[in-house]
Amino acid sequence: MSAIFKREMRAYFTSPIGFIFVAIFFIINGALFSYFTLQAGSSSDISNYFLLVLFLFIILIPLLTMKLFCEERKQKTEQLLLTAPISLIDMVGAKFFAAYIMFAGTFLASAVCNLIPYFIYCEDVNLASILGNIVGILLIGGAFVAIGMFVSALTENQFVAAITTMAVIAFLLFINFANAYIGSAPVRVVLSWISIFARFFDFTYGILNLSSLLYYASVMFIFLFLTVRVYENRRWS
Amino acid sequence: MIKIENLVKTYGDIRAVDNISFEVNEGEIVGFLGPNGAGKSTTMNMLTGYLSSTSGKAMIDGIDILENPLEAKKRIGFLPEQPPLYLDMTVEEYLNFIYDLKGCKLNRRKHLLEICEVVRITEVYKRIIRNLSKGYRQRVGIAQALVGNPKVIIFDEPTVGLDPKQIVEIRNLIRTLGKNHTVILSTHILPEVSAVCERIVVINKGKLIANEKTEDIASVVEGFRRLCVKIVGPRDEVLSLLKNKEGIAYAEYLGERDGGSCAYLVESRPGVDIRRPLFFALAEHGFPMIGEETMGTNLEDIFLALLERNDERKKKRGVIKSNVVSRSVRQD
Repeated sequence: MSAIFKREMRAYFTSPIGFIFVAIFFIINGALFSYFTLQAGSSSDISNYFLLVLFLFIILIPLLTMKLFCEERKQKTEQLLLTAPISLIDMVGAKFFAAYIMFAGTFLASAVCNLIPYFIYCEDVNLASILGNIVGILLIGGAFVAIGMFVSALTENQFVAAITTMAVIAFLLFINFANAYIGSAPVRVVLSWISIFARFFDFTYGILNLSSLLYYASVMFIFLFLTVRVYENRRWS
Repeated sequence: MIKIENLVKTYGDIRAVDNISFEVNEGEIVGFLGPNGAGKSTTMNMLTGYLSSTSGKAMIDGIDILENPLEAKKRIGFLPEQPPLYLDMTVEEYLNFIYDLKGCKLNRRKHLLEICEVVRITEVYKRIIRNLSKGYRQRVGIAQALVGNPKVIIFDEPTVGLDPKQIVEIRNLIRTLGKNHTVILSTHILPEVSAVCERIVVINKGKLIANEKTEDIASVVEGFRRLCVKIVGPRDEVLSLLKNKEGIAYAEYLGERDGGSCAYLVESRPGVDIRRPLFFALAEHGFPMIGEETMGTNLEDIFLALLERNDERKKKRGVIKSNVVSRSVRQD
C-alpha cells in the first residue's frame, strides 16, 4: 500500500499538476482571504472566507483526482497493480490517501499562512468557529476527493474525468441554492438534506454536528467502496 | 506448478476461452501458441488474476487464484502484452517501486542489480523510462516480472515490435530464465515457441487444439508443406500430372519463369513429404524440375494440419471403440 502511496505523491511533483494545484490554491486562497477578511470594511467573520474556499474545490479537486485511475488505464499500468499481490482496497486506499494528503496538506498550509495575520490583527478571534470550519472543510474535501477518484476510475480520458468531477462537485454545492426557486416543500427538504453546502453551516458556527459529520464520512466511504466495485466488476465482466 | 482446469471465459454470447485445461510442470518452458484473438491473452489474464474466469479453475503452485489471490499472485511474475511502465520514473525508481509493491524481503540493492545484469539494463539504470528505446522498455518490463524471484513467470507476446537482434536476445534470456523458473510464453509466431519452448499448447478460437512436445508439433507442421516448384515442360500436362499425383492436395500454375520453366504451387497432404516422389514422377515423364522452394507455413496451415490430425485420431479412436463394442457383443 505504501508503495502506491509514495508513487502517487511522487507523480504529483514530477508532473506540473502538483505544482499547479499548490500554486492556484495559495494564490486564490490568499486573495480571497485578504479581500474578504483583511480589507478595511470587510466583515471580520472568517466563515465567509472558508465558504468561498469550498467553491474553489470545483476547480481544484479534479486537478488532484483526474489522473488517479484513468492514467493507469491508458498507460496499461493498471494491469501491473491488479496482478500484484495487493488487494483492491489497498490500491484504492493508497491512491485516496495520496490525493487527500495533497489536498489537506495544501489547505492547512495555506490556512496557517492566512490565519497568522488574522490572529495578529483581529481582536475578537472566534477559535471555535475557525476550528469548526477547518474540520468541516477537511471532511468535505475527503468526500470530494473520493467522488473525483470514483469518476476517474470510470473513464480512460482524464479531461472527461476532470469535467465530470467539476460538474458533480458544482451540483452538490449549488443544489442548495435551487431551493429558493422550488415550491414543493418535500423536494426542498430532500435537496437540503443531500446538499453538501447546507450541512456546512453548523461547522461555521463551531458546532460539530454528528449527523453532518457522519454524512460527509458516508459520502466518502460510499465512493471509495464504489471505486473498489468498479474494479471488481471489470474483473468479472 | 500451473494447473488450468476447464477454464471458460464468456463475454456476452462470445466464448473467448472455451473449456481449456492444461498443466505446466516445475521448471518447464511452455509456449502458448495461437493467432491474434485466439484467447491467449484472456487465458493469461485469468491465470494472473487480472480477469476472473466464468467457470473453471486456475491454480498456481496449488493455490487457486480466485480463492487466495494474494498468495497466488506472490508466486507470479507477469509481463503483459504492453509492458506496464511508468514513463516518468527512472528504471531504478521503477524497479524499487515494484520491489515495494510486491512486498519483497530480499537484499534490495543486490537483488535489483542482479536482475539488471540478467536482462542487461544496467547501463540504463539511472535513465528515465520515457527516453528508452522499445527494446530497453521491453527488457525493463521483463525485469519487473523477475523482481521478487517468483516461481512462475508469464510472458504475453514478449518479442512483439522488437528488431531481429533484440528478438534473439530476448529468446536467449527466456531460455536462461527457464533454468530457475517455470515459464509460460504466449506468441503467435511458431518459430518463436519452437526455438525456446519444450512443450507447446496451441489454441484457436478459444479452444485447445494441441498440447504436446515441441518436436511432435514440428513434425506435424513439417508434413504439411507448401512448395513452389519450377518445372520445364508443357503447362497443361505438368499441371494435370501434379493434380493427379498421390499425396498432393492442391496444385496451381503460378507463371512463367527463367529457362523456359514454369512455376507451380504444390501443397502436400498432411504428413506426406512430397518432395522425393514428386521428383521421380516428373523425371519419369521427362519434365525436369529445375527449382524447388519451401514456402513458409503460416499459423492457419498449422491449425489446419493439427485439426485434420485431431479428426483422424478421433476417427481411429471411433474405429477402435466400435471394434471393442462388436467384440464384446460377440462374446455375449
